[in-house]
This record gives sequence, C-alpha cells and structure tokens, in this order.
Amino acid sequence: MKNAVGTTGLILNEPLLWKIGKKGRSGFSLPRRDIDLSPLDSDLEGQGPDFPDLSEVDVVRHYTRLSTWNFGVDTGMYPLGSCTMKYNPKTNERQASLPGLAQAHPLLPPQLAQGTLKIMYDLERYLAEITGLPAVTLQPAAGAQGELTGMLLFFAFHKRKHQKRSKILIPDTAHGTNPASAALCGYKSIPVNSNKEGILDPETVAGQMDEDTAGIMITNPNTLGLFEDNIRQVAAIVHAKGGLVYADGANMNAVMGIVNMADLGVDVLHLNLHKTFSTPHGGGGPGSGPVCVTREIEPFLPVPRVIRHEDQYRLSDDRPESIGKIHAFYGNFGIQIRAYAYILSMGADLKKASQFAVLSANYIKERLKGVYHLPYDKPCMHECVFTDKHQQQYRVTTLDIAKRLIDYGFHPPTIYFPLVVQGAIMVEPTETEPKENLDQLVDALISIAAEAAEKPERLREAPVNPKVRRLDETTAARKPCLAG
Amino acid sequence: MRYLPHTDDDVAQMLATIGANSLEDLFASIPADCLRKDDLDLPGAMTEWELNKHMERLASEMAVCPEYLVFMGAGSYDHYIPEAVKQLLARSEFLTSYTPYQPEVSQGTLQAIYEYQTLTTRLLGLDVANASMYDGASGLAEALLMAVRVTRRKKIYISSLCHPLYRQVVRTYFEPTGYDIVELPYLKNGRTDLSQVTDLDACAAIAIQSPNFFGCIEDIESLAKKVHADPKTMLVVSFTEPLAYGLLKSPGSLGADIACGEGQSLGIPRSFGGPGLGMFAAKKAYLRNMPGRLVGQTKDLDGRRGFVLTLSTREQHIRREKATSNICSNQGLCATAAAMYMAALGGTGIRELACLNRDKSAYLKGALAHAGFNTPFSAPTFNEFVVRFPGDSPETYDRLISKKIVAGLPLVSYYPELKNHYLLCVTETMDREDMDLLVKEVTS
Repeated sequence: MKNAVGTTGLILNEPLLWKIGKKGRSGFSLPRRDIDLSPLDSDLEGQGPDFPDLSEVDVVRHYTRLSTWNFGVDTGMYPLGSCTMKYNPKTNERQASLPGLAQAHPLLPPQLAQGTLKIMYDLERYLAEITGLPAVTLQPAAGAQGELTGMLLFFAFHKRKHQKRSKILIPDTAHGTNPASAALCGYKSIPVNSNKEGILDPETVAGQMDEDTAGIMITNPNTLGLFEDNIRQVAAIVHAKGGLVYADGANMNAVMGIVNMADLGVDVLHLNLHKTFSTPHGGGGPGSGPVCVTREIEPFLPVPRVIRHEDQYRLSDDRPESIGKIHAFYGNFGIQIRAYAYILSMGADLKKASQFAVLSANYIKERLKGVYHLPYDKPCMHECVFTDKHQQQYRVTTLDIAKRLIDYGFHPPTIYFPLVVQGAIMVEPTETEPKENLDQLVDALISIAAEAAEKPERLREAPVNPKVRRLDETTAARKPCLAG
Repeated sequence: MRYLPHTDDDVAQMLATIGANSLEDLFASIPADCLRKDDLDLPGAMTEWELNKHMERLASEMAVCPEYLVFMGAGSYDHYIPEAVKQLLARSEFLTSYTPYQPEVSQGTLQAIYEYQTLTTRLLGLDVANASMYDGASGLAEALLMAVRVTRRKKIYISSLCHPLYRQVVRTYFEPTGYDIVELPYLKNGRTDLSQVTDLDACAAIAIQSPNFFGCIEDIESLAKKVHADPKTMLVVSFTEPLAYGLLKSPGSLGADIACGEGQSLGIPRSFGGPGLGMFAAKKAYLRNMPGRLVGQTKDLDGRRGFVLTLSTREQHIRREKATSNICSNQGLCATAAAMYMAALGGTGIRELACLNRDKSAYLKGALAHAGFNTPFSAPTFNEFVVRFPGDSPETYDRLISKKIVAGLPLVSYYPELKNHYLLCVTETMDREDMDLLVKEVTS
C-alpha cells in the first residue's frame, strides 16, 4: 500500500452550481447588438429559466474542481471488464474539433460536404474489412442502439418472408442490454445456458432453436472472456431453421485481424467505437455503435446510405426495404471521426492491439489465479473473470475488493457481471497499459487478498481515500432527489 | 506504435509467465476453421503529421463559416461556444471516464449530471429530467413509447410540424410494435391543426414541436387544454431549439406532460449532426416510467453529500426485457457541455441571448418581406422562418451557393406542397451585414 499510486492529496470542496454566483454576473460574451428589438406577443414570453448568474471564473473553477473528483483513463489504469478502457489518443480530439468538421451542418448539399461524406464512406469500408461483414451503417449512437438496429433488421428480414417470429435466443454469457433491445422488437428472450466450459453447446442451441425463433444474440468473445469455439456449428443450426445470428461486438478488441465474423456465420454485428476504436467514453457517452451486416441483410440497413459515384460522395434514401432511421442525422459523427483517425494511425497494427490485449489479460490471469478463484481455468481472450470465492471465508465480498482497489489508485474491474458467475470480478487490462501497470494492479490485488485474511474490516470500510466514501444507494432510490 | 507500450522484452516475459511460445499461440485454442487467413487490408499507418494533413484536407472540403454564410437550422444550430466551455469539457477526467458505476471515483461526472438534470427541469418547467437520450429524435420516440406504457393505449398523434427526420425515427421505433401513428396536418398560419383528433379517449399521446419545423411557436397552452380534455391523454412537446426557452414560457408551465428534444444548441458543436443531446423531462407522476439514467443525491457513510445513479430498477441491466428502455451509454459528456453552457450563460444571459436570436431572425424576415418575398406562415417565430422565393428558386439557391451563401433548407423534399419554400435560420452568430448580403444577392 505504501507505494501505491492512490494516496490522498488535497481534495477541494465545491458547492452546487446554484449556491454560487450572484444575480447580475455573467460568464458569457454576448455579441454586439446590431439590430432593433422585435418583441413577441407577450403571452408567449416568460420570465426565463431560474438559472444562477456566474462569472467565467466561477464556472471554470466549479467544473475544474468537479473534474478532480473523477477517475479517468488519463488518471490511471481502468480495468473495467467488457468496457475496453484503452487510451484515448489526443490527436483524435484534435481531428474531431477541426472547424470544417465540427461546424459542419448535417443537411448541407452534398457538394459542400464531401469531406464528412468521405470520412463516413471510408470508415464504413474499414469496419467492413475489420469485421469481414461487407455492409455497414454508422447511424446507431451507442452499442444498445446498435443492438436495437440489429433486432429491427431481424424483424424486417423475417417480415419480408411474411413471417413474424416471437422469440430470440440469448446465452447467459451475453451482454445485459441484449434482452431489453430484443424486447423493443417484441421478441421474448429465451435464455440459453452455457456449458461447464463457459461456452455454448451446439446441442443446447439445437434443442431450443425453432421456426418461431428469430435467431440468436451471441457475444463473442463472450462475457467470460472466452471464445465461442462452437460458433460455426451454432450458426449453422440457427440458419437451418431460418434464423439469423447477431453478434454483440463489444468485445471485438480481442479479435481484430484474428477472426472474420462473416466466416463464423454472423449475419449482423454491432461495434462499440468507444471501446475497440479508442474513442473516449465521456463519463457515460457519447458512444457510437455501427452495425455491420452481410449482403443479404444490406437492403434493410437504415437510410440514408453514403454512396460514391466517380469520386463524388452523396447520401441516398432510395432503399425501399430499409428499416428507416434510428438517428435524426447520421449518428454520432464526431465519435466516428475519432475512430477513423485511430484506424488511420494504427493501420495493420490493429491486429497487434488485439494480440497485446489478449496477452495482457492472460498474463494477469496467470499471475492471479492462485490468489483469486478462477472459475474457468483456460486461455482467455481480452478479459478474465475471477470470483470472491476464496475470500468469502473472511466475510469479504467482491464489492469490498473492488472498493479497496480504489484506495490503491485503480478503477475497479467490472463486478457481479456476468451473472453466470457468482461474485464475478471481470478484469480487462487492454493493450495500452504497460507491463509495469499490470504488475502494479496484480500486486495491489495480491495485497488486498492478504488484507482480506488479516484485516478484513479495511476492505469493508473501503474506500477511504476518494472524495466520498460508500454512498447510501438505498435511500437514494427510496426517496429520490433528482434535482436541486 | 505509440499506443502500444509492450517492448519485445515485455512480450517475452509475459509469454513466459503464461507458458506460451508466441503471440499466435495465445489464439491456439480457437478452432482452426474460425481463424482468419488473410491479413487486414487497411491503409498503412499514418504518422501524426500525415494524419493532421489528411484531416485538414478533408475538413477544407466543407462549407462552414467564415468562408460560407450558412442560414440553415432545421435541427442543427450555429451558436457561439465560449472557449471556457470547450476547455473545461476537454478536462480528461470528464472525457476519459466511463459511466459512473463506481460513484466514489465518479463524483465529478455525477454532480455535473445532477446539475444538468436540475437546469433542464428549470428550462423546461417540469419536475424530473433524465441524464440524456441519444438525440432529439430517439428521445421523442422513447417519449411516445413511454406514453403508450403509461396510458396502455396504442395510438398516438404526431404533428406534421415535428421535424420530418424525427418522425421517421419514431416510425422506425414503432414499426415492430404495431401501434398506430397518425400525422396531424398544419393550419394556414403554420401551427398544428388538432381538429382531426376525434378519438382522444383512445389516444396515448399527442406530440407537437415548438418552435415547430417551420420555426413557428405553437400555442402550447391551448393545445394542452384540448389534449387534457381526456385526463389520461398526454401532451408531448418536442423541440429542436432549446434556446427558445430562454425567452418563451416553458412547455411544462403550459401543460406539457413530457418535454423532449435536441440540446445541441446548448454548447455542442454541430459536428455534421452528432453527437448531440437528447433532453428528456417529465412530470413527477411518470418518474418510474421514464427511460434513461437518473442521478440522485444521497449521503456517504460519514454523512457527506454525494451522488449516485439511481432508480436503476427501471433499466436494462436490472429489469432486462421489462426495462423502460434499452439505453445504456447515453450522451453524458454532451449533457455536461450543456450544463457548462447554461452555467456560463446564467439566467440573465440566456434571456439576452434568446432575445438576440429572436431579433436578428426578425430582422432578416422583415428585410425579405420588405424586398417582396412571401413569408407564408403568420404565427410568431423564434430564430427560424419559412420564405418563398419566386420562380425558379432552385436556380436562385444554386446561384447563392456559388456566392458561398447557403440560403436555408429547401422544404420541398419534406413537404412536396411547399415548392420554392425555404426554411431560414438566423442566430446570434450572423451580423447585420451578413443578412443584408443575403437579401441583396437573392434579389439581384
């Protein structure tokens, strides 16, 4: 603990926004008035919102102080499983804020918007190459909206065949958003149990797949960090019953250049640009969730599509079978720029990124497997899942371990997910953390395991170093205070 | 590669710990018929210098100010973003953190979002606001799905003066549900016509937009009275220009049950249409039916104030298929930007800025009318309005483009009956000379 990065420093207090400032202050430079007043009908005009008046200094200090209470990838290692908290390159921010891109109006005539259209066109091609699925839409604003888009594509595909299927298969190792996304399309989720190896059995899927089932939603690698070895057989079973295979590509960071999703039998896949493609997560978003599909599914993709004709790009709505639109414009374009810049910076090294991500996860797994219970002791992909089984004898839980890790200066891993493992601790180091940081994390976790045996109350009381200690979530939900 | 820190030595040591011989070995457990045979066919890696040059060239192909005068709003607005907001938003503690699942190390994001929720309720005049939706369009779709859940009725009416692209998104979200969507026509004055609603008691919600797609301010109060003639029917007020509520009476104060829309105007660059900000607020009675994340205030073990994500039993990761929405990642950083922007403006500033938008837009509208152009809709407008250019207007429009003026949005592709009609927008970023130039060029 002595040498851990998470020692306390000076933490400044800061009141709520409306407790600072004074009526009459201003933090905004209004343009000079060069026209006369034109008041509206007085019935329409109100008093204006009850906002505090702050000076620019008030605003700057307020948010600077708030920011210091946050932990980001730039602060330290963030091994949050399934979230791929890799480094967010600074150059990507620069590119996205170039005035020509940041100030571009989305409805400009195409001849005035060739730059943005080319970025979208090329990004689609790159993502097609990386996934092996030839047609791409960039419109979904996040992974869950990508899933919804995928389910709408399933719905449209079956509808064209005059079928209305009512069920969807979802393995117990899939992402938590999957059932909710499927429900928006009226599909009832049928859970599929993984086998004792932590992956899908073709026989189990064969027993559950029928002609009233729209298809299956597979996360591959799955949320145990394991590759679905039987995916080709599973896909064949689903296809034989007229169903489709959806792959949740949130874990694509493990397999860039390693597998081709089309060859695995995947029909529809979403990517999370804010995971695999290095765009920042912004404390909850904006993300971007492009969807990649086979030629068979392409006619159903959202409109507009970007098309190229003799080096000129334009948008086309002429897709009679399209599911329509799921974003007012073209999705989170500013995030797409960052992913585009990342791919151009990496080139073929994307494969190396996946190899290193898998290397780092396996290294952590090997170093920790005697200390923490490892439910599936086999080679993992980009993340590995431990549990608190060995620590339960000291009445120490996964939550306590996670909270104690904060005191050591790390963001905790994902906890209690996947549900298929009790007390899961899901560690995803990513390829951008150097070996020294992996060793520091491992050492911290070893030290915490020792504390669990010797001084378990330290874990139960953790964290003690951040701005606040554990928060009363029960009261927050029972007596909601959602605005001040 | 500068983002990949492992040296050959690191790799060798790690492989030895694992007991693997090579990087390829790490994937040996994957069945051979699943492994990719070919290499990734991508452009060669660019240096930072090459990338800068490449991106600058692409950016230079775009029509933006100051080279172009773009009089276009239609759901994406040009407002000045203070440097302070830009720089604060670039604080990497905000930028590079994940969703605040671990509240002890996320208090910055959590308090910022709590403050955003508070400012949003004050701006829209409603009790509760969520932490954001993807954009105005998906926010409207989710508001209408919420109304269906609340009322258990399966029909909605939507004004044809709601943004045409939002209506397309609503239709996409509704397609698998089989719920009925009916579009309402507009009146001669550019406001929504409710006269065709004859089955209010079968209707979950009526959705309008104000200011609407023609820029006209709807009479929300009288619409609300008509809608609430049935006590269950909900009025959903959508918007694309929230700055208007710096000046106009808020939708909540006029009777809206849900107000939702696009918050891009509040300190977020247009960025070719995204990322923006889906703002979403409702009356308290509907809290537990709301989609999206909520931040709530609470206390820590020592009794200090702190914030957490709360009421997550509505959400996808707990309720799974019974969740109120599937949304997970939202537009958190954009919500933070909007809060910073609203804080920088303050109550006094947002009113002054809104007045300036109203006045500048009125100036251009007046100047065009004076020059003999028809502004067909008589209802009051905020910072957008419709004008009819005579005769061969596509030619006029193209001629103006050759002079580096984008004279608004041609409406004919969205409203076939409005040939030669254009939707123009003027914000505080346009000078009087810019507007005079447009009038001069369009009349020449």
